[in-house]
Amino acid sequence: MDPLTPPHAAPRPPPIRRIAVDRSPTTVAAPAAATNGHGHGQPSGIVGGGRHAQRAGRPGVERMRLEDLSISYGPKLAVNRVSLPVRQGEVLALIGPSGCGKTTLLRSLNRLIELTPTASREGRIMLDDQDVDRMEVTHLRRRVTMVFQQPNPFPMSIFDNIAYGLREQGSSRPRRQELEPQVIDALERAGLYGEVSENLDHPALRLSGGQQQRLCIARALAVRPEVLLLDEPASALDPRSTARIEDLLVKLRDEVAIVIVTHNLQQAFRIADHVAFMYLGELEEYAPTDQMFGAPRTQRSRDYVSGAFG
Amino acid sequence: MSVEAPNRALGNAGPTRPMESSATWPRADRVGLGLAWAAGMLLCVVAGAIVLYMLFRGLQYLSFELLVTRPEVANDQSRSGGFLDPIIGTLMLTVLGTIIAAPLGVAAAVWLSEYGRPSWLARLVESGIEVVAGTPSIVLAIFGLLIFSQPLFAFLSFTAEGNAVFGRSFLAAGAMISLIALPFVVGATREALNAIPSHVREASYALGKTKAATIRRVLLPAVRPGIGTGTALGMGRIAGDTAIPIALLGATLQLQAVDGPLGTLRGTGGTLTTYVYGNSPAGEGNAPEKAYAAAFVLLLVVVLLNFGVDLISRRRQVTSWTR
Repeated sequence: MDPLTPPHAAPRPPPIRRIAVDRSPTTVAAPAAATNGHGHGQPSGIVGGGRHAQRAGRPGVERMRLEDLSISYGPKLAVNRVSLPVRQGEVLALIGPSGCGKTTLLRSLNRLIELTPTASREGRIMLDDQDVDRMEVTHLRRRVTMVFQQPNPFPMSIFDNIAYGLREQGSSRPRRQELEPQVIDALERAGLYGEVSENLDHPALRLSGGQQQRLCIARALAVRPEVLLLDEPASALDPRSTARIEDLLVKLRDEVAIVIVTHNLQQAFRIADHVAFMYLGELEEYAPTDQMFGAPRTQRSRDYVSGAFG
Repeated sequence: MSVEAPNRALGNAGPTRPMESSATWPRADRVGLGLAWAAGMLLCVVAGAIVLYMLFRGLQYLSFELLVTRPEVANDQSRSGGFLDPIIGTLMLTVLGTIIAAPLGVAAAVWLSEYGRPSWLARLVESGIEVVAGTPSIVLAIFGLLIFSQPLFAFLSFTAEGNAVFGRSFLAAGAMISLIALPFVVGATREALNAIPSHVREASYALGKTKAATIRRVLLPAVRPGIGTGTALGMGRIAGDTAIPIALLGATLQLQAVDGPLGTLRGTGGTLTTYVYGNSPAGEGNAPEKAYAAAFVLLLVVVLLNFGVDLISRRRQVTSWTR
């Protein structure tokens, strides 16, 4: 018997240890119903007085599509034939134990994986029905931007951090006045403008960790991307900053497709509309969030979301 | 609050004092500790002795007059003037060497850290820099004299009758002495570049930026304190070097400009180091008081540069990322 499988798991789903949906798992909508728009209920929260966002009502517009995506590092297969849609109007969370290929998958979406010399990729990634391999990589990365685990503002002023992406390669033009509206808009969308409006010229690295991370999100939003990738954006932050970023992502999902890698199952439950559970490089299950946490289809997803293994 | 609790608990139990525990060490360890302590103290004493002695001697002989009068050739020391020209010479040589070394060093460091392919070439460049760093400056000086006396480099110095290229000038010495500062610039810049976590570079690529734009707008500004540290260290070495000014600068008392454009730069001169050498008992030994005064000024310059290094590297900690 699989040592990871708890002995009592066979007859019924194990109790959800970390997360509870307000209704019993069996009544959670089936995936088909969810994608048809009837499935989103009124989930009230997690145990312990938490909250979670309203799920997206209608299925979003598909912006990216992964078709049979495989990635290997040398001989080691990290992602094995994964197919997934990425939709605007939704937050897609990638969950799974460490080393299951979540980050590798995420980094392939903007071809950042190509910086790893040993990585090779098969399968197709489409952005608005265009193969990303046929696109100029710098162009692709302005349409699919990314936020990293560690806040990493550049060693320049807050203003220049945002303006950096808007300016031509390596240039310091256009000058401040022309860019100011776009910079302020990006800071506002990232919910940071109120805190920094007085000191846009201060060095960005003097901000607090949570502010730095929102600055990184603002920086990624400033170029008006179609897809925003986030690699555990809140794992280095305190709970309050985490909550702010989660609220922000839910607000942003209508203007940009959001893909987030997270180790934090509560976080996935709170903000995601769809969840993809990966295990050893395979896509084990892809389902609407409520179904993934309420009535996962496979035994392994059930064990993972219930905390039987991490 | 919760952090304090264990500390208080420790306090109640009586603090442990690792410093006192050496009394229970084996004898060999205690002897080792004593030797290490003595070595540290000895260095302190030596450094203090140098600085205090030079301070005492220097202040004894130094006068404002010496700083602003040109040196003259005279047997009578009351008429041999001060060391204005050597001060200017040291400044010129330091600036020249730095102007050459800093961009070269930064460029080499960026290539090594950010490109470095093929790796055998990178290793070759690394060993090249190590060789330059390890070469005694007198060897560099003699080599420079050989090179810059070639007709090809006639534009660097003046040409005597019969087309003999003199090969000694500020330009020639500056070019060679930059090699002394170069390894410091390369080392400090590389260290600073390697300290930047890779996700910072990736964040720039993830905004659609090229590698060149990333280096120019993100990496170079981030390593500016490192470049400053390396450059200041190198400047200290240049200011203190003696062999190259003696062999390649002419070690003349006054700055001797040649005719034509950039006359001073193509001409010969001396530095504080050559002046100290010349006036000390080791050289002609005519005026040890002036040698002491000049040596004090030189020490002051180098100490100030090192102070600058400290200042720069302390500022570095403001901009740091989590790895």
